[in-house]
Amino acid sequence: MVYLTRKIEFSASHLYHNPAMSAEENRRIFGKCNNPHGHGHNYVLEVTVAGEPDKKTGMVIDLQVLKGILQKEVIERMDHRFLNYEVAELQGKIPTTETVAITIWNLLAPRISGARLHRVRLYETPDLFVDCFGEAL
Amino acid sequence: MKVHLTRRYHFSASHRLYSTELSEEENRKLYGKCANPYGHGHNYAVEVTVAGPVEPATGMVANLVELDAFVAREVVEPFDHKYLNEEVGEFRVAVPTTENLCREIYRRLKDFPTARLAGVRIEETAANSFEYRGETREVQ
Repeated sequence: MVYLTRKIEFSASHLYHNPAMSAEENRRIFGKCNNPHGHGHNYVLEVTVAGEPDKKTGMVIDLQVLKGILQKEVIERMDHRFLNYEVAELQGKIPTTETVAITIWNLLAPRISGARLHRVRLYETPDLFVDCFGEAL
Repeated sequence: MKVHLTRRYHFSASHRLYSTELSEEENRKLYGKCANPYGHGHNYAVEVTVAGPVEPATGMVANLVELDAFVAREVVEPFDHKYLNEEVGEFRVAVPTTENLCREIYRRLKDFPTARLAGVRIEETAANSFEYRGETREVQ
């Protein structure tokens, strides 16, 4: 089994707010991430696919195909967007790194063929990242 | 779906690698310049990983303010700008290699109340890193 990782970056804004909770509770739980005007990050996404290299091409997955999937599913959907308001898959959710990573997993998993999506690693900052392996609870 | 959240923390500390079970000569041979009697220091980076389900009301595995406060109290404050051999109790006995640091930091963090500790990874320098996930888990 060989693991291939492709890295991309996108920049987006977000805020954390749960309308089911009081303003005070939102501030207590989410701190400055609850700022109503939002704030942004340069996200770094590492997508790892696993598989046996194809006998004819020597590839686990055609990188051009993978780049196209990442461009369409992630960059075009999330880059330079306000995640809360402009990304349909995040409507009504708190767009934490955890939630965005799971959303990206769910967007990519059905699009990868010939190899298996192994890991989605999403960095919100160099000191905070989330790994998603598609594991059931 | 289960996710793994990793937060990176930093502290700077000094240590000396020296085992009381070995002779002076054996210590010098085994640890080389790390056995220098006055010690030396590193900028350590510690990656703390917690794992579990995402709480729907908050979108979080663990509240970062709570995790940061817990790690600050248990690790960063007691370790930062300290001489590990003398100022962190466990290393008056155990040799403060980064292997032992991983296990000690894991022990200090394993009772984090709101999410399960999945592992501790430490970079002693940009070239040397060590990881501990408890006794029964393979590194993924």
